[in-house]
Amino acid sequence: MYNFDFERPSTIAEAVAALAGEDAQALGGGQTLIPTLKQRLAAPSKLVSLAGIAEMKGVTIADGVLTMGGGATHAEVAAEACPPLAALAGNIGDPAVRNRGTIGGSLANNDPAADYPAAMLALKSTIVTNAREISGDDFFRGMFETALEEREIITAVRCEVPQAANYQKFEQPASRFALVGVFVAKYADGVRVGVTGAAQEGAHRWGAAEAALSAEFSPGAVPPAPASEGLLSDLHGSAEYRAHLVAVLTRRAVAACG
Amino acid sequence: MSQVTMTVNGKTASGAIEGRTLLSQFLRDSLKLTGTHVGCDTGQCGACVVHVNGQAVKSCNMLAAEAEGAVVETIEGQAAPDGSLNTLQQAFQDHHGLQCGFCTPGMVMSAAALLKDNPKPTEAEIRAYLSGNLCRCTGYHNIVKAIMAASGQDVSAIAAE
Amino acid sequence: MPKDHGIGASPKRREDVRFLTGNGNYTDDINIHGQAYVHFLRSDVAHATINRIDTSAAEAMPGVVKIFTGDDFAEVGGVPCGWQVTDRFGEPMQEPRHPVIAHGKIKHVGEIVAAVVADSLDQARDAAEAIELDLDELPAVVDMKAALAEGATKIHDELTSNLCYDWGFVEENKEAVNKAFDEAAHVTSLELVNQRLVANPMEARVAIGDYSRSSDEYTLHTTSQNPHVIRLLMGAFVLGIPEHKLRVVAPDVGGGFGTKIFHYAEEAFCTFAAKACNRPVKWSSTRSEAFMSDAQGRDHVTKIELALDAENNFTAIRTDTHANMGAYLSTFASSVPTWLHGTLMAGNYKTPLIYVNVKAVFTNTVPVDAYRGAGRPEATFQLERVIDKAARELGVDPIALRRQNFITEFPYATPVAVEYDTGDYHGTMDKLEALADFGGFAARRAESEKAGKLRGLGVNCYIEACGIAPSALVGQLGARAGLYDAATVRVNATGSISVMVGAHSHGQGHETTFPQVVAEMIGIDESMVDIVHGDTGRIPFGMGTYGSRSIAVCGSAMVRATEKVIAKAKKIAAHLMEASDADIELKDGQFTVAGTDKSVAWGDVTLTAYVPHNYPLEDIEPGLEETAFYDPANFTYPAGAYACEVEVDPETGKVSIERFSAADDFGNIINPMIVDGQVHGGIGQGIGQALLENCVYDGDGQLLSASYMDYAMPRADDVPFYAVDHSSQTPCTHNPLGVKGCGEAGAIGSPPAVVNAVIDALRSAGHDVTHIDMPMSPARVWAAMNP
Repeated sequence: MYNFDFERPSTIAEAVAALAGEDAQALGGGQTLIPTLKQRLAAPSKLVSLAGIAEMKGVTIADGVLTMGGGATHAEVAAEACPPLAALAGNIGDPAVRNRGTIGGSLANNDPAADYPAAMLALKSTIVTNAREISGDDFFRGMFETALEEREIITAVRCEVPQAANYQKFEQPASRFALVGVFVAKYADGVRVGVTGAAQEGAHRWGAAEAALSAEFSPGAVPPAPASEGLLSDLHGSAEYRAHLVAVLTRRAVAACG
Repeated sequence: MSQVTMTVNGKTASGAIEGRTLLSQFLRDSLKLTGTHVGCDTGQCGACVVHVNGQAVKSCNMLAAEAEGAVVETIEGQAAPDGSLNTLQQAFQDHHGLQCGFCTPGMVMSAAALLKDNPKPTEAEIRAYLSGNLCRCTGYHNIVKAIMAASGQDVSAIAAE
Repeated sequence: MPKDHGIGASPKRREDVRFLTGNGNYTDDINIHGQAYVHFLRSDVAHATINRIDTSAAEAMPGVVKIFTGDDFAEVGGVPCGWQVTDRFGEPMQEPRHPVIAHGKIKHVGEIVAAVVADSLDQARDAAEAIELDLDELPAVVDMKAALAEGATKIHDELTSNLCYDWGFVEENKEAVNKAFDEAAHVTSLELVNQRLVANPMEARVAIGDYSRSSDEYTLHTTSQNPHVIRLLMGAFVLGIPEHKLRVVAPDVGGGFGTKIFHYAEEAFCTFAAKACNRPVKWSSTRSEAFMSDAQGRDHVTKIELALDAENNFTAIRTDTHANMGAYLSTFASSVPTWLHGTLMAGNYKTPLIYVNVKAVFTNTVPVDAYRGAGRPEATFQLERVIDKAARELGVDPIALRRQNFITEFPYATPVAVEYDTGDYHGTMDKLEALADFGGFAARRAESEKAGKLRGLGVNCYIEACGIAPSALVGQLGARAGLYDAATVRVNATGSISVMVGAHSHGQGHETTFPQVVAEMIGIDESMVDIVHGDTGRIPFGMGTYGSRSIAVCGSAMVRATEKVIAKAKKIAAHLMEASDADIELKDGQFTVAGTDKSVAWGDVTLTAYVPHNYPLEDIEPGLEETAFYDPANFTYPAGAYACEVEVDPETGKVSIERFSAADDFGNIINPMIVDGQVHGGIGQGIGQALLENCVYDGDGQLLSASYMDYAMPRADDVPFYAVDHSSQTPCTHNPLGVKGCGEAGAIGSPPAVVNAVIDALRSAGHDVTHIDMPMSPARVWAAMNP
């Protein structure tokens, strides 16, 4: 690692101020950032830990809205969120990773194989930052790219609690990230399907499946596998295989919604 | 350099650190607690697992500065003051749950965290919980068996000695 | 009643207490006052000419002690290969120079290009970034067949091609084998890949070099399975340091699996640099470095053919293998595809004619050498896969086909140069049938099918040659070392014993098992016996631990040394009891005179040896310490039968291991608990190979599986509990303990069982699949079902 200064503010305002310096970077749980720093792939002058900010903690459900602090750990989401998202969070990484990693950190990183982005696309989410609110649909801008500006911190995430939902993850055997993950959420006004792991663009919604499932919510209604064009291909699976898994996992998620 | 202070295995521990100093480095290099091992640099092998404020974490994936004021427990703090092994450690020895011993500190600390939350885990729960702890020697058989035994379950029906 | 002590008992491991309390002493836990740290600048290209390395800016960086390049090592030897293979035309293999630091050319990603020694590791790393390299990249040679093609880019300018050797075994049998194929009633052939693996002991390698100006002595602390081998290779071949000026210490070592046998450039570097810098120099590998600098394993591409007569008797086997050496020859690389592979091609079967051809090839990849099993898994995999395929083609039961062809009379001389001393292959298969509950398989398959899963059962046998090795034989075969081992039994005045052993324990539990043997022989409590290992300054000599040799070879030396101790102790006892030596008996730590009630205790005799007031000084010397070297008369031949049951998800191709059963014959057993553990671990690695692990380079020689993010290690939830049995025992006939060795069996015996099971599952659903290469990832299994 290159050396850096370390600060641990206790309010969002202090954190934003601390990030004002050149090359300062926010530190969530560090489960991706610290390995990246070890490889010397980043050289921040300062890391600003968000772990001490009380107003970024907590998971609550009220009036059909799930609200999670940006600093909520995966373990906290797994313990306190609505069941489909709790199950998703409870299968990220491993227990020690879940005790440190945060939902805000994961979303800001937008790894194309991370689990949360699929859920955020399916769950009518709003990403709340220190500066504004961003619809989940507008937040993800391709692999490792988001709508966040410099020094913008995810302070909270809100999701509309669905009538039914389920996340199906097919793990890449080494990293245990999603080779493909599909989050299906059923609302009164339609069905949303978020897909992660599959595409070069990162997490995205599967429109054809949403339309078909909104008309008829059953595994049999899931369309055939999407075209493999634009999907990832690597030593763990071809684009064709990923496309196939998108359909399989969508069917399974629908079936699991009961 | 700045100063960090935490409670490690019940004792106050302070030392000078850089921003980049990892908790694992602070434990190993400054406190000479070399039982915490580092087996990878991507946060996956789990040899470095310790407890911070009661929770299992990978100490190579956490800055020492982040542990300011924290209560840290390592493998060195698990046995009784007279050196006798605790129930979990004893089960690892009784059931041959270790071979080269390198992954063992992380394995024991992860298992301890599991048993705190789930005093009688099933085989599947144990295997799932250990997904962040790699062992290359044991094929996991005797590790899982030891943890089941430590939680008071009868392991005599499990295949092999 | 199981024994509670001595040979055959399962006492708890004494080494566990320090490991379970964080008090192990691994090499990285050692820090020497005043030490500096080295960071190796490693190549990120696979093949290039080095025009210039400019270290001037780096040398001016804070904390830098000294920067080394290939020029600094031009005057010392290269990293040697310990085995010279003779090709099928009678010529020695092509052997390239293997510099400590790349000199003139870079030949694989990860090769050391420069080394920065600095006060701190971060300073060394900072300075390494300031080194300027002027390189001309060359085309990378990655694919073995392309490497041998006409006009292929040559990796080593001093060699005639990228072919290390073209080996035929047994060359004289070739024509007869071909004739047998011409006359066969049925021929089954199979092309397969035994993929490259990364050994991945959980402790990455560490080396600390130290040099004393006052005594002109060097000390190297290193993560080695065989410190004397390192002392010999590094001292004699690389740095020219005589043995008496070089001490090599391998303290607690966190797993080896073969990859810590070899002498590595980093060890030579730290030793050399300690003198050059006049400071101890420490290197701790990161896992990322380990992926591109630890010798890797396997990497064979093979075509195997099996000829059968009209009664389904095996009549001949013919194989054609390309074996990847990587860019350089690692310590034992050349022996793995030849003498550790071709000699095992008979397996458990009485096939009269066998011909093995192996072309060893240089490529721009990390060197390949022994990994758990080393050559024997590759042999077993081919043979057991082709037999399974033959059974399907012939419509016969695969177990019956194996049984029909089992060797049943011993000793048995194979057509591939080895003589099996003993075995009972029907016996282990009988044990397996009971253990694996073949009778219940149909019901279990029906249950799986109800849940929408395909279920398959795969079986295979294996044999291995362990207890490596008879020195005279391996000398004829090209080994540049003897493969005996040594032990010193030092009895102290109070009767306690230190046994200095040449074997090295890095997980095998020697500190527990070796004392079981000595304590039983004398009849004293095991707690009175300790072993000392892993330090050339404290033990007489030893070739270390690999090839399942520790108890079979070093244990035999220990028995011989203990016998010498007992013989001398009896003389002392005879003197004390005024009897004849021949009448003295030793039992339960008491010396008695046969036919009388006279006795003296072990402790009285040992005290007398060191306080010789009443002592036959005219006949024997005081003291009680004996050394023995033991050179085995033959290899040992553990064998067994394994079964695997899998479920396959037909929609995704994901395979789960539902049951795994292993019936082994290891001969006599010292500690059943530890033997079980060795088998478990081997099976875990074998399942890893079968389903998960894959070391992959792209066409430019870039390592794609360069961390645990892409190299899939088996985890706790990838494997089931294993059922193991080693009650079928045919003791080795030529070593004193009747032991065969158990360290590699699991890794050798398990991959074909898993593959056979997956093929069985797929065929049960009508898929016409005959083979899937490992690892049988979900993507590959799905592709096989959806061609």
